[in-house]
Amino acid sequence: MFVRDGTVCVARFGPAEAAVLNEVVLEVITLLSEGFDRANPVLERLFPDLYPDDPATSAELRKYTEDDLRSAKLEQAALLLDLLPLEGGDVALDEEQAEMWLRALTDVRLALGLRLAITDDTDLEEELDAAVLHDPTSPRVGQLSVYAYLTYLQESLVGALMG
Amino acid sequence: MAAPQTVPVEETHTEVHEVPETDRPWVTVVWNDPVNLMSYVTWVLQKLFGYSKEKAERLMLDVHHKGRAIVSSGARERMEYDASRLQSYGLWATVDKS
Repeated sequence: MFVRDGTVCVARFGPAEAAVLNEVVLEVITLLSEGFDRANPVLERLFPDLYPDDPATSAELRKYTEDDLRSAKLEQAALLLDLLPLEGGDVALDEEQAEMWLRALTDVRLALGLRLAITDDTDLEEELDAAVLHDPTSPRVGQLSVYAYLTYLQESLVGALMG
Repeated sequence: MAAPQTVPVEETHTEVHEVPETDRPWVTVVWNDPVNLMSYVTWVLQKLFGYSKEKAERLMLDVHHKGRAIVSSGARERMEYDASRLQSYGLWATVDKS
């Protein structure tokens, strides 16, 4: 988890944590680059219509904004991967890098949250307990754990950044 | 820069540039979502709009409790820009008439 150290936000990643983070960020990169199917609910959430009641105007505007938005998301994801030691190790982020990480982590959590059908009422620990009872080997158990981990990680980075 | 005027000019009545009603009926709306952290939303609002922590937190709590909040208002193009920037931070932002 991140803490503030002078002007930077620092965290130590174990090899397993780094591998998980690497994997979920790569998934988002794939989603943003391959095919880019707007019918995908995750992309709908990452690129919402500017005018929900006016799809035609939204589609028109998207011609001008979507490329920039997509590039920004790819760039922040790439920067996260660049600075992540894959074998595990320390990460030290200056303010600008911390901001890019926060934005990249947000996209990852939005994608995963949607897949897991997270709602405002979701209690992650209860969900995890229920999933383990149901089937401890199910993908949902792993995904919920990853989501919870990313949530704590992001919360710690916001805290470290805001001092 | 305009040079100081050396020739006295007749004082004319100050023109008030009233913004026509049709130019200002737009707002940027942030919607509640179950994923974004309260601390993160507060930070984004401070960062993008230069709001004080108090104001950003108040808006964030409105989003959280009421489902949505107006975070900026002004000309339509400006709101589209604001909403796009919020979307680049992963917030669920749209543009609407006020």
